Amino acid sequence: MNAFPWLSLLTALPVVGAGVVLVAGARSDRAARFLSVGFAVGALCIALLLWHGFDVNVGGMQLVEQHAWVPALHIQYHLGIDGLGLSMLLLSAIVTLISLGASWKIEDRVPLYFALILLVEACLFGAFTALNFIHWFTFWELCLIPAFFLIKIWGGPRRTPAATQFLVYTMAGSVAMLLSFLAMYLAANTFEFEELATIAQSGRLLPSLAASSSWMHLTPEHLGLVIFAGVFLGFAVKVPVIPFHTWLPDTYAEAPTGTTILLTGAMSKMGLYGFLRILVPIFAPQMQSVLTPLLWMAVATVVLGSLSAMAQTDLKRIFAYSSINHLGYCLLGIFAAVRYAGSDAQLLTQRAAALSGTMLQMFNHGITAATIFWFVAILETRSGGARELSDFGGLRRNAPVLAGMMGIALFSSLGLPGLNGFISEFLIFKGAFPLATWATALCTIGLLITAVFILNVIQRVFSGPLQERHSNFLDLSGKEQMLLAPAIALMFLLGLDPQILLSHLNATVLQLTNTIKF
Amino acid sequence: MTPLNLFLLLSALLFSIGLAGALTRRNAILVLIGIELMLNAANINLIAFWRFGPNPEALTGVMFAIFSISVAAAEAAVGLAIILAVYRHNKTTNLNQIDTLKG
Amino acid sequence: MSWIVHNLWLVAALPFAAGGVISVMKQRQRTLAAGLAVGSMALSFVLALMAFVQVLTSHGEATRQFSNFAWFQFGAEWVRLGWLLDPLTAVMLVMVTFVGLLIFIYSIGYMAEDENFKRFFCFLALFAGAMLGVLIANNLLLLFMCWEIVGLTSYLLIGFWYEKPSAAAAAKKAFIVTRIGDLGLFLGMAWLYAQTGTLLFYDAGRGCLEANALTTLAMHTTVFGLTLSSAIGILIFCGSAGKSGQVPLHVWLPDAMEGPTPVSALIHAATMVAAGVFLLARVYPLLSAGVTHGMTTTVALQVVTWVGAITALFGALVAVAQWDIKRILAYSTMSQLGYMMIGLGTGGVSVGMFHLITHAFFKALLFLGAGSVIHGCHGEQDIRFMGGLRKAMPVTFAAYSCGMLALCGVPLFSGFWSKDEILHSAFVWNLSRGPFYIGAIGALLTAFYMTRQMIYVYAGTTRLAAESTHGEHGHSGAHESPKVMTVPLLILAVPAVVLGFFGTPVWPWFQSFLEGDTANVSFGALGGAFPLMIVSSLIVFVGLGLGWLLYGRKLIVDVGALDRIESAQPGLFHLLSGAFYINELYAATVVRFTLVAASVSAWLDRWIFGGVVRAISTIFVLFAKVDSFADTHVVNRGFDAGCGSVSYGGSFLSKLQAGKVQRYLKFVGVALFVAVALLFWGGKA
Repeated sequence: MNAFPWLSLLTALPVVGAGVVLVAGARSDRAARFLSVGFAVGALCIALLLWHGFDVNVGGMQLVEQHAWVPALHIQYHLGIDGLGLSMLLLSAIVTLISLGASWKIEDRVPLYFALILLVEACLFGAFTALNFIHWFTFWELCLIPAFFLIKIWGGPRRTPAATQFLVYTMAGSVAMLLSFLAMYLAANTFEFEELATIAQSGRLLPSLAASSSWMHLTPEHLGLVIFAGVFLGFAVKVPVIPFHTWLPDTYAEAPTGTTILLTGAMSKMGLYGFLRILVPIFAPQMQSVLTPLLWMAVATVVLGSLSAMAQTDLKRIFAYSSINHLGYCLLGIFAAVRYAGSDAQLLTQRAAALSGTMLQMFNHGITAATIFWFVAILETRSGGARELSDFGGLRRNAPVLAGMMGIALFSSLGLPGLNGFISEFLIFKGAFPLATWATALCTIGLLITAVFILNVIQRVFSGPLQERHSNFLDLSGKEQMLLAPAIALMFLLGLDPQILLSHLNATVLQLTNTIKF
Repeated sequence: MTPLNLFLLLSALLFSIGLAGALTRRNAILVLIGIELMLNAANINLIAFWRFGPNPEALTGVMFAIFSISVAAAEAAVGLAIILAVYRHNKTTNLNQIDTLKG
Repeated sequence: MSWIVHNLWLVAALPFAAGGVISVMKQRQRTLAAGLAVGSMALSFVLALMAFVQVLTSHGEATRQFSNFAWFQFGAEWVRLGWLLDPLTAVMLVMVTFVGLLIFIYSIGYMAEDENFKRFFCFLALFAGAMLGVLIANNLLLLFMCWEIVGLTSYLLIGFWYEKPSAAAAAKKAFIVTRIGDLGLFLGMAWLYAQTGTLLFYDAGRGCLEANALTTLAMHTTVFGLTLSSAIGILIFCGSAGKSGQVPLHVWLPDAMEGPTPVSALIHAATMVAAGVFLLARVYPLLSAGVTHGMTTTVALQVVTWVGAITALFGALVAVAQWDIKRILAYSTMSQLGYMMIGLGTGGVSVGMFHLITHAFFKALLFLGAGSVIHGCHGEQDIRFMGGLRKAMPVTFAAYSCGMLALCGVPLFSGFWSKDEILHSAFVWNLSRGPFYIGAIGALLTAFYMTRQMIYVYAGTTRLAAESTHGEHGHSGAHESPKVMTVPLLILAVPAVVLGFFGTPVWPWFQSFLEGDTANVSFGALGGAFPLMIVSSLIVFVGLGLGWLLYGRKLIVDVGALDRIESAQPGLFHLLSGAFYINELYAATVVRFTLVAASVSAWLDRWIFGGVVRAISTIFVLFAKVDSFADTHVVNRGFDAGCGSVSYGGSFLSKLQAGKVQRYLKFVGVALFVAVALLFWGGKA
């Protein structure tokens, strides 16, 4: 299956889909909905096919497609996936389907909405497969545009400032990153991620940077830090890392829930993907030299994220902050992994645990957060747009199945063993504890506060006496149960047999752990 | 006075008459006639310079004149056609009244 | 390896499977749900018996068998799980499946009128599966996973009557408080994993509870001069303390009585809360690692002992001043768990475990008896409104009395032997007599508060009909419970009485079974233990006598009458009935702190992080404003002027374009003239 350009096909499919949906959907909204789901299922099938054909023993890139694009600037059309990219492709495909499912009730300009969702999917695919900076950056930025319109047109009452903040904030981070990469291009004369990583790991990047852009008479080390800071900013905003997160709660809360699902389930992973694909291989020494502030940021992301979630009363804002909190664990894993250089067996094991946990957590959080927001969308439609905790109460009486299924998703987010969230968090803590003991210990506060606010949600929404106005609240229909069941089943599956995912990630993890030498 | 000068005088006279006609007449057809006169003055010059030039064997002057006459004929045909069209449109051939191309 | 070791997972998997199947069944399939749950439990009981026999018939090394398998991979390593069959597991399996089975059957009667009957059995079966998983796990990770699921089911069952806000709050509290302890366990687990590279307990010499790992752990010291093994042990003990309701993480246990009574009996008396003690017994090699190196005990064990002692006293004191029949038992459970901790800390696994097993039977009996009483009194839980039930509920009374006598430690009842053993080991503990004295006072109080409860509930005449303000009851007068409830009571009463004889000083069968030896009958051992036995019997009888003196001599008739202690020492009584106001203290400190932290964090978000962003964007907007000002007033004006002159020039030039053909011709003529003139004169110059 190597000769066939599967990855290009995968990226192109949703684009074609978007066009078809726009054209064919002009006549009937129903057609637009079903067509978009059809294309998304097609993409998922291709992703599964890739999953099936993936060689789990290879740590490097597979299914590589490489063509000259702008030879004068060494820009290439360069695609390939490793375990990380593959898992992200699969996640994007699944999350898109969940997003479509949760958007089913959208009534306004249906074809456009669904076409935009498919475009976001295409950009995600593009970004997760590209191996050349310019190629990758194109998708990274393109992704913002359909997302911006999704928020701006279908969002809540404060959608305009939210959409603008989202776009401008992310763009500002991207600009910093672009400048850094241009500086590196001047030094290394390449935009290829792998080549840059090789150069950086051999220690040649800093001297050539100093030679090519001896700016403000900085020492090579400081120059390296400045360049690193630019790239870091781009990713930190996207993840987001506290304190670069303020765009997120507003955006998640104002976006239509289907879009929030895409944002939290897949787009937030682009930032972490960048951390693993770009920052760790290229900038490990720089990360290590500023590790203490980085670890504090991770702790802040975990702890403040969960505390802020506790202080919210709007369901979407609660889970927006919860997203920040959960991705904070990934940051902890990544930062702990670059804490110590060297390659003795003990260290490699801890690092592998932290990085495996991080990658697993990215996938798990995507599934869980997307599913939870789907449930929020269901609550929202049934209660006529209510999202405040005080709007609900005692729903379990009328909707036991909804309470049960949403409960499973919430407990998965809480990290209950047997469901997917636990293993990834365990691996991160297991790996990070010996590497960054105090930061890890502090992060357990986040685990506790997460439990507090999640149980609070369950208590306020499902327990207690039933409110009068919800006396006609409907339980999930059979069809809805059928649609939600696969997501729930996936949580159990990954919780009970994480090897399914880890087998595909492992070779990549091993390779990544070995690159942190400097 | 060489014969060439006489020819040149004749042509200058003819040109002047043509120019005066073209500038003063109000009737478009008469302006056209004036222009034809100027053209013919030029033709006379061409023939004269050829005949008394350094190389009268080559028939260059005649060729030029013949071209010029045929171009003039075509031009006259087009000019008259335009004038006819203008007349049909404006019901006049008085150039003072035809100023629709004013800037 | 025998069949049962290979398939030990079935013990836990059967109830799990039953729970899973029940969860997708219809609400009205009540008989099927109960049948599945009880059936799976019965099968598990059979398997547990087989496992027990297997251990019983093997000797030496063979008493500990395990079966490990690979689960998942990270980097070059595999995480391996497994299950383990050793005497500890076997004893616990039999106890849990037996008590569980009886409580399942009892629940059929108790929950008969509840509309969520099916859900109850689903949760109960899940609980049983997870609990059995804790017991058979040969890996701390697997144990932790089951441990957390146990916590979940406990949460679900406490909040079973979810429409009661107090039940929902109690459930949340239980989960969160135990999770605080679990985080310690979680960190301890991560640390242990990092240090030993495995979480398997036993793995043919490579496990974390085996000599290799333990010697390294006991040799290295870490923060506060603790040995690694002690530090990890204390972290693991945090988890135990949370689950077993030890001070200061005990606050959830009394509130957990909001759940249906069979749940209180099964989870919050017999099994789950004892899982904390079981966990310590399981990792006892770790806790005691290093003892052989000249030290007599370890810091971890001291912590366990003292926390247990404080809890034992605390629970007993508070139980004296409670009115709710289940809350008395809950505080009593707390106190007894403290005893187990003392036993474990001072005397080792067998001492703590023996009390765990006997306690499981008699406390389950007491709770089920209390459930029967509540059932008979139409839901009334306040002992002030009971009374005279001895005649109304003779079977329950008989069974309850057995449980009560066992709990008090009246000689020859099971509790006597096990508690006496704990007191004995605390007495000979060479560090301090403190735990012994505390334990003795606790024993006295236990006898006292149980007497008080018995007299309130069973003696005299009923006060049930007398109350008219307290809720409405369809029919007055108490009645005996149905057979499905009383038969399990009677069955449980048997071990509550006789179980102690398996662990007497004369014939310490239980202790030697746990240690893998064979027990010998030796009357000589009695001599050493005899004086202490006399003392502890005296203590018990003093407690019983005090109780009778205060409550039995003159029976309570009036519902509104003050407690005898309350009338004598109101301040003390209120302090005790308020459980030393620990809840209020937490509400004022920890809870408030968290809430404040949350609002501070939200405030930070809004004003600091958001503020910086807003400030930056305001600066940009200001720039834009300045820019637009410059545009309108400077740049635009210049452009306007420029454009004006251009257009003026255009209009001037356009006047030349008059449309007069002959004027154009004139220009041509003049131009021609000028050109000729230039050629004529200019050309020569």
